Amino acid sequence: MATEQHRHNDRPLVLSTKNLRKVYMIEDLEAIALRDISLDIHEGEFVSIMGPSGSGKSTLLQILGCLERPTDGKYLLDGKDLEHYSDDELAHIRNKKIGFIFQAFNLLPRLSVIDNVKLPLIYANIYEPERTRIAREMVTMVGLGERENFPTVKLSGGQKQRVAIARALVNDPKVIFADEPTGSLDSKSGAVILAFLQELHEQGHTIVMVTHESYVAAAAERIIHIKDGLIESDEWVEHRHRVKETDTIK
Amino acid sequence: MRLWDTIRMAAIGLATHRSRSLLTILGIVIGIGAIIVVVALGESGKQLIVGEIQNMGPKNVFIVPGREPTDVGGAGSTLFTDSLRESDLRDLEEKANVPNAVSVTPIVFGNITSIFENESYMGLIMGSTPDLVRLFDLTLATGDFFPDESVRQKEEVVVIGKKVADELFPTQDPVGQKIKIKNKNYRVVGVLAQKGQGSFVNFDETVIAPYTIVQQYILGIKHFQRMVVEVDEEVNIANASRDIETLLRNNHDIDDPTKDDFFIMTQDDIVERIGTVTNIMTILLSAVAAISLIVGGVGIMNIMLVSVMERTREIGLRKALGATNRDILQQFLSEAIILTFSGGVIGLIIGVAIGITISLLIKYMFGIAFTFIFPVGGAIAGLAVSTIVGFVFGIFPARKAAQKSPMEALRYE
Repeated sequence: MATEQHRHNDRPLVLSTKNLRKVYMIEDLEAIALRDISLDIHEGEFVSIMGPSGSGKSTLLQILGCLERPTDGKYLLDGKDLEHYSDDELAHIRNKKIGFIFQAFNLLPRLSVIDNVKLPLIYANIYEPERTRIAREMVTMVGLGERENFPTVKLSGGQKQRVAIARALVNDPKVIFADEPTGSLDSKSGAVILAFLQELHEQGHTIVMVTHESYVAAAAERIIHIKDGLIESDEWVEHRHRVKETDTIK
Repeated sequence: MRLWDTIRMAAIGLATHRSRSLLTILGIVIGIGAIIVVVALGESGKQLIVGEIQNMGPKNVFIVPGREPTDVGGAGSTLFTDSLRESDLRDLEEKANVPNAVSVTPIVFGNITSIFENESYMGLIMGSTPDLVRLFDLTLATGDFFPDESVRQKEEVVVIGKKVADELFPTQDPVGQKIKIKNKNYRVVGVLAQKGQGSFVNFDETVIAPYTIVQQYILGIKHFQRMVVEVDEEVNIANASRDIETLLRNNHDIDDPTKDDFFIMTQDDIVERIGTVTNIMTILLSAVAAISLIVGGVGIMNIMLVSVMERTREIGLRKALGATNRDILQQFLSEAIILTFSGGVIGLIIGVAIGITISLLIKYMFGIAFTFIFPVGGAIAGLAVSTIVGFVFGIFPARKAAQKSPMEALRYE
């Protein structure tokens, strides 16, 4: 399958890092989270980032997701060097180019399904009725059209994560970051979410998923292993498992 | 982000903790409520007193014996000064001395007991002239007011108030009857129509007789306690006042105006003075209300800080989804302002309700025509102040919220 190693090279780069380094200062001690990370992710890839806890994978996701700045090194998102971007400019980047899916769903429990999905649109200055139209389209796409006015607190875990996916897609982002998206779900719901992500990937979305479980990582087409702040391996999945919604993944 | 979205988000944030929000604004509710009650009652009371003073008539100049009181308690001493004499009255009546004077009415008064058969009544005796009818706009229910002639002849005649008549003569017409005051009999010539507490003197409870006879036989004094000079035109009040002062100083051998043994009051003077008193009261009580607003504001700041801590994750999430620092600042500042503004609105409603209740109580318990006046200025000021309190005490917690890192969204509980 060596020919497949660089099968997306012809597509534009979405993410590109060079010698990324992140050091946290805990009192007077330096804690190195990332030593030297250089990687390229092209449009349309579905990448899993794997590694044991403390490996730096979460830090990497935070930097890639523009939630955190690197101590050193370059990071280009959609061709733009973000080094000198202000906090507010980074907020706009997160709003327009990035969709997040979190392990704990991170929905606002009092708000309805559709209001949660609308949140990024509010910060994007998209106003009614356009806002409702776009949000409703996304809610319908994740199969919750009939529950758009449900408070999310009343939904099951799998339904909540589907709301989160709708929210991540609503601003038509360049890349979707999923942080342990099945971590809080039972195996059945987890399978549904993974199948969903694979479907999005097939539609052309770029997805970067962090997980520490290999059978979850195997849903992607490329797996990057991280250990002690360095890339240990970066390979294409040879026998990619096509997750079915009826699978149980744990 | 549009203002409406900010307000809506803030409202949802507050609705999430409904009872906490309500408790938080209690201080503001009490503060604004207190301001509204104080301002409304102050305004109503002022209106009542000013309304009563209007009974003095705009063309009347009151001459009061004694030093001008500088405080409320000092007013009593004016009753015991005997500086206003019969000679002053004669000179004031001289056209050349006070050209603008139309009439000069002396007034004496004291407390007496009137007796008719087995009934007795303790109340005010007022000695004056028939000019009193015009000065205080009196009307008679039965009989007539005694004429000037009675004053000159020191006739033993009285006009009695409605309540005096009801007490002494429960079953018969008082006119023509004789009542006994200090062992002397006085013939009732008239009964005043009911007037109610419409002025400082309650004429319903008063017996009126010629001042000459009241001075000599009832009070045993030779001076007057008040003199009322009626001036031809309102614009001439100042002129007449000056003429009166000059004349009285001359009569009393006074060179230094600070040593005056009398003072002059006009309706405008009193309205102004009462305005000052009620304004001072309003300022004092508003200061108390302001303290409660500050305490309330600190309470709100405290709760907002707790809320910001609790909602760290929500703030992180919003930032991860694209909220700028400014968006978060606005959201939390809006929450604080909505809190204090609704506190102001609730305080306004409660304050008005309490004000109306107190007004009604005063009206029915004391029989005073005390009407509630909605304090438009107070209401506007109250709402403005509550908004400002929200801003002042909300800005610090809102800043803290805005400075939170978007990373918090990725932390697990």
